[in-house]
Amino acid sequence: MNIWILLTIFMLACFVGYFVVWGVTPALHSPLMSVSNAISGIVIIGALITAGGEEMNTAKLLSLGAVFLASLNIFGGFAVSHRMLAMFKKKEKK
Amino acid sequence: MLPWILPFSYLFSATLFIFAIRGLASPRTAREGNLLGCIGMLVAVVATLYSPQVSDIGLTIGVIIIGGMLGTFIAANVKMTSLPQMVAALNGFGGLAAVLIALAEIINGKTTYLETSLGLIIGAVAFAGSMIAFAKLHGIIPAKAFTFPLQQFINLLLAMSIVALCIMFVISGNHLWFYILAGIAILLGLLTVLPIGGADMPVVISILNSYSGWAAVGIGFSLGNILLIIVGSIVGASGAILSYIMVKAMNRSLTNVLLGGFGSDTPHNNQTTSGDKAAKAGNPLDAAFIMENANNVIIVPGYGMAAAQAQHVLKEMADDLHKLYGVNVKFAIHPVAGRMPGHMNVLLAEANVPYDDVFEMEQINREFAAADVAYVIGANDVTNPLAKTDPSSPIYGMPVLEVEKAKTVFFVKRSLNSGYSGVDNPLFYADNTIMLYGDAKKITEEIVSALEKK
Repeated sequence: MNIWILLTIFMLACFVGYFVVWGVTPALHSPLMSVSNAISGIVIIGALITAGGEEMNTAKLLSLGAVFLASLNIFGGFAVSHRMLAMFKKKEKK
Repeated sequence: MLPWILPFSYLFSATLFIFAIRGLASPRTAREGNLLGCIGMLVAVVATLYSPQVSDIGLTIGVIIIGGMLGTFIAANVKMTSLPQMVAALNGFGGLAAVLIALAEIINGKTTYLETSLGLIIGAVAFAGSMIAFAKLHGIIPAKAFTFPLQQFINLLLAMSIVALCIMFVISGNHLWFYILAGIAILLGLLTVLPIGGADMPVVISILNSYSGWAAVGIGFSLGNILLIIVGSIVGASGAILSYIMVKAMNRSLTNVLLGGFGSDTPHNNQTTSGDKAAKAGNPLDAAFIMENANNVIIVPGYGMAAAQAQHVLKEMADDLHKLYGVNVKFAIHPVAGRMPGHMNVLLAEANVPYDDVFEMEQINREFAAADVAYVIGANDVTNPLAKTDPSSPIYGMPVLEVEKAKTVFFVKRSLNSGYSGVDNPLFYADNTIMLYGDAKKITEEIVSALEKK
């Protein structure tokens, strides 16, 4: 894809990130970090594409390693965020 | 597969990720946000797996399941006090994943040299830096700032050689440069985090978090993948903003933190401020007596509370004071208390402290004047009044919790030692301060049993 389109998307995404993240309440900064851990596991998409070839070679092995690490990030990040946020939930009933 | 399905799925999942972060604006919407994030990830992964670019999915799904089970297992068992280590490790894995993808791309003959190099460099620094941060937080290596001669010069040299190697690789396309680049970037990551001390970890973790996002952006550019660029930018922005908040809360500059060495040469002019005054020591029984007769008590937790795992007994103390004696109890949290942003909030939430009772610094600072007791447990520098009065102090200008305005201040501490900054705290010697020496958990337990004795 045209590099200028990608750069435009990049710039707009930075602005979106900036405003959305400033809206996060300071009490939830730890979950913010673990959620962003989880969603930075999105590199798995890249790994899936580079691991997509039929034949087994070094590149495919490296990519599978990346798939493993990224899925560790995704599951670990979302699960630990869930645990944390569940703790913040209980208090609402009081 | 219809050609529009893949881009549509990416658009959809990018939107869900934005809403996931948006949900964290309030504890009420945060869980839905997390769920939206999960769905976004699922949509993106499934759509990619069934896209024509990917031909062999059986093995890949197997790897995802193994990684996923391991990740879930770790997440389910990690202690909340060890959260900073876990986040550091995950940042590192994200970085390493980016490195592996970059290597695979180059081996596969991709020619987007510049973009791939950027993904590789940022990923490698995030990976190596996070490993050091993890080792420091987990106590595998000493958390203290570690400095050696010519440190900054060597780092500068490494950074310059990274730029040079990157240029050589982009021009020549010789893969050898790329592999050397990976090695040097890893070295730079190790060496930049090594000199940074334990209490600066909230900044370091935030920066590494940011890097793991920018690494994804680099990979996104090299693959021409919009979703990676969008999500990577949001993660990058998130880490950058958190580092900014942390750095501001310490009144330091980012370069000052990154150059490291803060708090490595501990006592500067230690005894000068204390003069010949002696700190008053008290015992838990006195503390219990004073607190049960108070109207307003503000509890100030710090890293020492986390290290002693005292959050549950602290909550018990707060409950007893409130239920048995009708005392109004609040918690005050400094932004850099603990080892990662929001660390104290999570620990208090774990102990079931209602979040309405937990206040950020700006919200509560004016209430100390009306408080009868400030109970400072495992915190030091974040209460030091020198930050307001002594321009020569290294922590001058750092916003602090004004606990000295309370009628009585209790400091639960192991000793009179200065905090991380190496600055003596004159509050220890103030007339209205009583020191409770000992383990944060033990002292608080004794107070609880004294409160319940009636």
